[in-house]
Amino acid sequence: MAFEDQRTTVYKVDPAHPESETLPTLRTEELLLNMGPQHPSTHGVLKVILELEGERLVKSTPVLGFLHRGVEKLAEDGTYHQFIPHTDRLDYVCAMYNNFAYCRAVEKLMNITVPDRAEYLRTIVAEVQRIIGHQFWLGTQALDIGAMTVFFYCFRDREILLDWFDELCGARLTTSWYRIGGVERDFTASLLDKLKQFLDYFPPKIDEYIVFLETNRIWVARTKGVAVISAEDAVSFGLSGPTLRGSGVDYDLRKAEPYSAYPKCEFSVPLGKNGDTYDRYWIRVQELYESVKIIRQCLEQMQDGPIMAEVPSVTMPPKERVFTNLESMIQHFKLFSQGFDAPPGEIYCGTEAHKGELGFYIVSVGGGKPYRLKIRAPSFIHMGAFDYMSRGYMIADAITLFGTYDIVMGECDR
Amino acid sequence: MSLPYVISQLQDAFPVGLTKIVEWRGELAVTVPRERLHEVAQFLHDDPAMDFDYIVHVSSVDWPDDDERFEVVYEFYSIKKRQRIRLKTRTPESDCIVDSLTDLWKGADFMEREVYDMMGIRFRNHPDLRRILMPDDYTEGYPLRKDFPLRGKGWRDTFEFLDETAR
Repeated sequence: MAFEDQRTTVYKVDPAHPESETLPTLRTEELLLNMGPQHPSTHGVLKVILELEGERLVKSTPVLGFLHRGVEKLAEDGTYHQFIPHTDRLDYVCAMYNNFAYCRAVEKLMNITVPDRAEYLRTIVAEVQRIIGHQFWLGTQALDIGAMTVFFYCFRDREILLDWFDELCGARLTTSWYRIGGVERDFTASLLDKLKQFLDYFPPKIDEYIVFLETNRIWVARTKGVAVISAEDAVSFGLSGPTLRGSGVDYDLRKAEPYSAYPKCEFSVPLGKNGDTYDRYWIRVQELYESVKIIRQCLEQMQDGPIMAEVPSVTMPPKERVFTNLESMIQHFKLFSQGFDAPPGEIYCGTEAHKGELGFYIVSVGGGKPYRLKIRAPSFIHMGAFDYMSRGYMIADAITLFGTYDIVMGECDR
Repeated sequence: MSLPYVISQLQDAFPVGLTKIVEWRGELAVTVPRERLHEVAQFLHDDPAMDFDYIVHVSSVDWPDDDERFEVVYEFYSIKKRQRIRLKTRTPESDCIVDSLTDLWKGADFMEREVYDMMGIRFRNHPDLRRILMPDDYTEGYPLRKDFPLRGKGWRDTFEFLDETAR
């Protein structure tokens, strides 16, 4: 056993029935139960081998890799631009944020400064994506542990934003809207209108979600005090995002290493106290309010300007120039046939996605393709703490645990 | 905490034994021989002036032309001091093993398993070194090594084409 955990012994005697210790000894044995890979609450194809003592979890072994597609190997075969669509398929619930994290990493490698307006557009869309991600999480985790209504309400409001994405970039889920050095296209007047309407519409709906869940005694009983992890353990396991902040650790990359337009916006980072599922839920709901605040501020501050950095050797020329201007066409052709020449070196760039720290570690030896690209996927690292966090809880709490991390297997298995 | 401070602290603690210190794009990368990896990591983790308590990722790079072929990369972060550091070490192919850091950072468990799975680097004192993403019974090597083919193993080229027109 890797880490000795005292919690396993706590439940040997049922606290409600201390006399159970004096009962005549019965034959007991540990039960091995396979959960998944096809289980509705595992959010994809995840298998966990549970060792049970009665209904208590003694040990759980996650079996990952059912959705492994070798994305890191694929990255070595394409140019830097060509990898952007692959990042959509990592965390397919929140494609925009993956694009964002990857483009930031390449910009750091190439030392590109993104124009102001593009930074604001990026921040707005990233926060819209955060709202979608948290809505998705709120709905599905409540559904997993039996609270069904909030699922429909979350998905109704999520649909508005997905349609908004559809109008923005032509896709609802696999967006690929971010580009190295900027964004693909600007907001139209209709998009701005719709977003402003949504910002007025949405905050009362969050209150509604809260009422649905917090007046549900079963849901509260199944989240409060479940999947507790202390601050030290959470840090040692490398957890990030709401899963880490639920334990009261103040680590949000938007504040710790401010990027894009976040330093120009005022927002707070909610922190939990107990490190249980309920605190993580509370943080995510508070972040919905904060995201609305950030988007409002960005819309107010945003000025007109270019949406793409002018670095002809790296950034894509605008489409209208490609069709009218010879130099732009040559540039376009060169970028897509050979890619751009990256300087030799290595960088790591982490971005605060709604699940946690999504990082890209890129090693370049020059040339148009990355020599090695490593994805720091929060879902994968959260699964590392699954065994530790599950010990001593009931088997039904394993479902709460899947939910509490907000895992998406596309990102976990890569 | 600034980068020069981290560098000077490291050099004070290890006057010999740091192979290379590189600063690029505002990031610090320290290379150590693999015998000293655990020692340096322990210093980074335990020393109150360093306090790198958060493990960011464990990665590996394959350099097939070098004598010490594989590079293991650890990245740490100090939540209190808001500082990043990258710790690297090299290992030859013939004796492909480095010390595990699972006793310092619990999260290193899964990350090191992934490195083992993808690159075939073994970790001494790792509690549960098994494949993690590939199937347990996978015998065709380690996918992220450079000698693992990028576009299939060529068995597709051996397919016999049926001549449809001959019928």
